[in-house]
Amino acid sequence: MMTSPIDTAPKAQATPTIRISGLNFFYGGFQGLKNINLDIHDKQVTAFIGPSGCGKSTLLRTLNRMYDLYPGQRAEGSIVYGGRNILEPGQDVNMLRAKVGMVFQKPTPFPMSVYDNIAFGVRLYENLPKGEMDERVEWALRKGALWDEVKDKLGKSGLSLSGGQQQRLCIARGIAVKPEVLLLDEPTSALDPISTAKIEELISELKGDYTIAIVTHNMQQAARCSDYTAYMYLGELVEFGGTDRIFMNPAKKETQDYITGRFG
Amino acid sequence: MSGEHSSKQYDLDLESIRSKVLLMGGTVENQLQEALQAFAEGDTELAQRVIGTDASVNRLEVVLDDACSHLIVKRQPTANDLRTVMATVKVITDLERIGDEATKIARAALTVAQRGSGAISHSDIVRTIASNASDMLHDALDAFARLDQEQAQRIIGRDDVIDHEFGSIMRTLITFMMEDPRTISVALDTLWVAKALERVGDHATNIAEYVVYIVGGTDIRHGGAGAALSAGDTP
Repeated sequence: MMTSPIDTAPKAQATPTIRISGLNFFYGGFQGLKNINLDIHDKQVTAFIGPSGCGKSTLLRTLNRMYDLYPGQRAEGSIVYGGRNILEPGQDVNMLRAKVGMVFQKPTPFPMSVYDNIAFGVRLYENLPKGEMDERVEWALRKGALWDEVKDKLGKSGLSLSGGQQQRLCIARGIAVKPEVLLLDEPTSALDPISTAKIEELISELKGDYTIAIVTHNMQQAARCSDYTAYMYLGELVEFGGTDRIFMNPAKKETQDYITGRFG
Repeated sequence: MSGEHSSKQYDLDLESIRSKVLLMGGTVENQLQEALQAFAEGDTELAQRVIGTDASVNRLEVVLDDACSHLIVKRQPTANDLRTVMATVKVITDLERIGDEATKIARAALTVAQRGSGAISHSDIVRTIASNASDMLHDALDAFARLDQEQAQRIIGRDDVIDHEFGSIMRTLITFMMEDPRTISVALDTLWVAKALERVGDHATNIAEYVVYIVGGTDIRHGGAGAALSAGDTP
């Protein structure tokens, strides 16, 4: 499903799915994010681009409190999701991480069967009888564009799949617990062009049901896949806007320099 | 332009394209001047040279289109670089057409020189439109070379004058032809020259519009229908 070339601005709504306000992030004494303000819109793909160290992955990891796992890392400010600021204490982070799923650059299948990879997360939250679990696993694998390739080997180890398949398994695993938001941190950086293309197509299908945020080093991927693009540099949000405009006619010279390769 | 690309070769490729476009612009500008001179003076040798130059202009079009394609496939240009490449591809087409118009003027020059102009002072009739069209082309190419958006904007309105001129010339020539059928041959050749110059004005307008597109990112062709597109963004 392609947007017409005439549509330059995706439809925005009044209440974004995630509203980030005044977000600051610290790795110990080092400030990794500086006063970030932006909205992640419902059922749209928002891409984050910028040179290494600009804070894009850091930002992604605040959206599901992933940084909690590391001492010395802290976030200040407000990230409003589902009507509350998820940075406040008292937030159920496990529930948050089910609703806001994450896929990493290096595929991380669990060392268990394909079936169990998908079922594992579901079992943490839901008590499904076998028949319904089978259906959920199939549903997730179909959503992840992987079902046809693994339907006859659900018992085989997730590690036996190819890189591209493993990554789709990770996406399916994230989808199985019925998230609202998917965070993809350079999901295709480790994959060959064909796997990359399949995953980009998958992203385009998934956006009908999920809000997606993607960090990518590949600017053409951001231009192809996303509705909104945020350019970051040294922990700051330099420019944010509709992807078409950012790539055709950015407002800031710094953004233009980065995307045209006039960097450094 | 902003600073240099991280890849020096990218800058070299862009510069090579740019200098060829300027060369092509200079060549067709020259072609036009010489064709008009040949028409005014009945200089058949000059007219033949103009016609011969068209082959090199056409070759430049092919070479440049190829260079632009290669740049796109290698560099996937974005933002101002992309607008520059897209506009260049279109400017090349307009330049090649201007070369064709100059060739038509040269052919008319040959015909008139052979038959003689009789009662019509053919070159006087087109003097003003020729000067307006030539100036417009020169200024458009200058604006393109310097990426001067303001100058480009100023050029665009001048096409109305040329269109108006053409209308008058046509009425004048029709009057001649009605009064004296012996003038029909020369009158028609003069009309084709005037038409060619009117077309040069249109092409110069296009070039000016592309300058606005490259610099400002707004597509103002066809009365600004594209202006809304480039402004599109999140509310």
